[in-house]
Amino acid sequence: MTGYDVVVVGAGPAGLAAAAAAARAGCRVAVLDAGPRPGGQFWRHRPDADGRGHHGWSTFARLREQLDTVDHRADAAVWFVEAGRTVAGPAGAEFAVHTRSEVLRGRRLVIATGAHDRVVPFPGWDLPGVVTAGGAQALLKGQGLTFARRIAVAGTGPFLLPVATGLAEAGGTVVGVYEANDPLGYARRLRPVLGAAGKLAEAGRYGWRMLRHTVPYRRRTAVVAAHGTDHLTGVTVAPVGPDGTVVGTGTEVECDGLAVGFGFTPQLELAVTLGCATRLDSDGSLVLAVDAAQATSVPGVYAAGEVTGVGGADLSLVEGELAGGAAALSLGRPPSWSARRHDRLLRDRRRLRRFAAALHAVHPVPAGWPEWCDDDTLVCRCEEVPAGAVRRAVRELSAGDARGAKLLTRAGMGWCQGRVCGYATACLAAREANRDPGVADLSGYASRPLAQPVTLGELAADE
Amino acid sequence: MTTDGADVVVIGAGMVGAACAYYAARAGLTVTVVDRGGVATGTTGAGEGNILVSDKPPGPELALARHSVALWREIGATLGEERIELERKGGLVVAASPAEHATLRAFAASQRAAGVEAYEVPAGELPDHEPHLARDLAGGVRYPQDMQVQPMLAAAHLLRAARVRVLTGTTVVGVRRDAAGAVRGVLTDRGLLHTTMVVNAAGVWAGEVAALAGVGLPVLPRRGFVLVTEALPPLVRHKVYAAGYVANVGRSSGDLEVSPVVEGTGAGTILIGSTRERVGFDRSFPLPALRRLAAGAVRLFPALGGVSVIRAYRGFRPYSPDHLPMIGADPRVPGLHHATGHEGAGIGLAPATGHAVAALLTGGLPDVDLRPFAPERHDVHL
Amino acid sequence: MFTFDGRPIPTDGRRTIAAALLAAGVRSWRRTRIGDRPRGVFCGIGICFDCLVRVNGVSSQRACLVVAHPGDVVETHGDGGERA
Repeated sequence: MTGYDVVVVGAGPAGLAAAAAAARAGCRVAVLDAGPRPGGQFWRHRPDADGRGHHGWSTFARLREQLDTVDHRADAAVWFVEAGRTVAGPAGAEFAVHTRSEVLRGRRLVIATGAHDRVVPFPGWDLPGVVTAGGAQALLKGQGLTFARRIAVAGTGPFLLPVATGLAEAGGTVVGVYEANDPLGYARRLRPVLGAAGKLAEAGRYGWRMLRHTVPYRRRTAVVAAHGTDHLTGVTVAPVGPDGTVVGTGTEVECDGLAVGFGFTPQLELAVTLGCATRLDSDGSLVLAVDAAQATSVPGVYAAGEVTGVGGADLSLVEGELAGGAAALSLGRPPSWSARRHDRLLRDRRRLRRFAAALHAVHPVPAGWPEWCDDDTLVCRCEEVPAGAVRRAVRELSAGDARGAKLLTRAGMGWCQGRVCGYATACLAAREANRDPGVADLSGYASRPLAQPVTLGELAADE
Repeated sequence: MTTDGADVVVIGAGMVGAACAYYAARAGLTVTVVDRGGVATGTTGAGEGNILVSDKPPGPELALARHSVALWREIGATLGEERIELERKGGLVVAASPAEHATLRAFAASQRAAGVEAYEVPAGELPDHEPHLARDLAGGVRYPQDMQVQPMLAAAHLLRAARVRVLTGTTVVGVRRDAAGAVRGVLTDRGLLHTTMVVNAAGVWAGEVAALAGVGLPVLPRRGFVLVTEALPPLVRHKVYAAGYVANVGRSSGDLEVSPVVEGTGAGTILIGSTRERVGFDRSFPLPALRRLAAGAVRLFPALGGVSVIRAYRGFRPYSPDHLPMIGADPRVPGLHHATGHEGAGIGLAPATGHAVAALLTGGLPDVDLRPFAPERHDVHL
Repeated sequence: MFTFDGRPIPTDGRRTIAAALLAAGVRSWRRTRIGDRPRGVFCGIGICFDCLVRVNGVSSQRACLVVAHPGDVVETHGDGGERA
């Protein structure tokens, strides 16, 4: 068993950038990822991918080359992380990172575990044929598969556009993109930010590609119900007001696939287990609090990318490089960047975070989504807990917050441990108590000491 | 809420507080329950829901436990056993070695003399009771009176049935007393609650509440972990634990003590305890403790080796220096009552505790002799 | 080819079980334990555990993560209904 200077968890844009930066500074670095190939969700690709249809592939190719100087572990989901005095190992090791096949020890840890789709429930959302936007994208980019024939894309956020165009270009019929918010209404306010980030042109390109595939784009519109018995056969699409309440008559759209996403939820469990402080970000997600050097509140633990606030791949690359450099510097190995390069990174981070905040402001999760749910609409898919049970727990059993609702209803206690329903349950419980979801609600779903299921036999093996 | 009042203010909306509120309300008192968290979000929400007579030697705690078992049956009938997942499944204590078996049998004999139903199960008959149990065990004792309940549901439904006011997210910041030192009110971060009677059911945090009333109460945290598996078809019928558990419950060492306790739940998951550590409120999850829990469970049920653990949680048991709860009126502060220090037995002992406290609050005589639980018994600083 | 509940399903040895099943027109392969509802792929990245299957006798494998190798025996996964 060998010790590393820096162990990076996650091989997406942030993790790869962090690993490369720390390695360039002379650190012995390991980067591990649950996926079969590096790249994370953003650069998810097939084994023979040549980069066509991928954004920033040249950046990825450059980072991938630098993996030569780094120990990269694929198919290495981390199920537990230990810190401090409980870690036995080579002198100086502060952290032990457990995967099913090995234990990696490092003096510094960079958390770059990214995010997964944030979804909110609506009647019928558990029918086969309804997938997350990221799921549709993963099947397309990672497996070369269009998950259905006639596909609706719904939710909110800029991510819906590449998902829709990708599906259309791969031969799917995209019947419509239903955006719950009104991004164009904000265009004037956003223009300086969008322009500065070069994102306006990107949005324009997606617009052009959607036109080419005659994909209708509807603003202030939501999929408020999915229909079918054993699989999806159609969705109800309805005009919604600024808070998501249905304001007109819904129409039924025939489709066998629905890709839905309302932004992203950062994956914080490893950091939370280590005790890293969190904060509520402007998109309503719990994220890790970091300082200017991307250091968390726990000494030796750095964080980069979506875990510090959902902001996209460009921001992740910048944060990753800063985090990897800072981790190296803390070990007495100054990063190889020039003062100018460092200034540039800090400037880029400021600009891209502003841009991310602007997008969050344009694409909030519509607060009124709980109104789409009947009392028998499932909120927790694993334990099959309906919305009505969560509402009753608050109303009749004095469940004051999401954790109380969870303990009384089992919402979030199943296989996924609240990854899918945690945000929704927090919103639902808070709404029933006539307040906004807060840190306490979301924290009730952030702690998962076991970050992956592990068999009792495996757990007992080292005893 | 600025000023407001009740006959009695119960501090703590866990299982013990809920039981105190329920029986006090049933006795005709107006009750307000305050908790800085939510209902059952403290130790109650971190337990397994044990209602045990099997782990208690003859003595005052066993008397409390036997009364509680009877009251739990009543509560089950009143609230509906299914609603609170009350299962009269019985306990099965197993011994790994002949020596352990001899000790267990002697222990069971002493309990039998004190009125506990305890039936010896020879090694060869263990599979009849638990088909998946390891085959190399020395024997066991079956305790039909042991039960299990979903403690969060039990506390919440008990509070609802009591029709009492529950103020969650409300922190007690002071206890108002008159010139004679008697309780006159409870000061919270949301206002003052007038009352002449307070029940301190703040569990592992009861020492802090006692301090607000100017008295010491040595309640300390004893950390424990529980592993939760994926949902399975019924595989473990009883609450099954190793005979060493009883020894560990009564032990006072600060080191990590592990004795396997395995049981199924109404939701299909299997809960695996138990660890005991005195490490203050350390909220970390040391892997060695989790590994030893897993090893203990697989030792008892080899079939669990391939079963996935999907969750681990931690709790802090309210522990008193002599391992006995603190229940009763505090002679140092007229009007102040304590109901805490039940360590890992709070769910099981809650009804008898609440029943006895309600008797004290209404000037009656408790059904159980509370003298061994006198809250001021540890008071040595005067 | 691998088999899904005895039915042959094509695989190139690189696709995940979920992708191979979807490509073969199989849209759901699990029934939930309470409501007996059909489930297939939802998150596609190993988060939601909706797509659990038994692979070569090992339960609770995420079809969206596990590669379908030729000869694999994949079976439907009734929640909590098979290990007793």
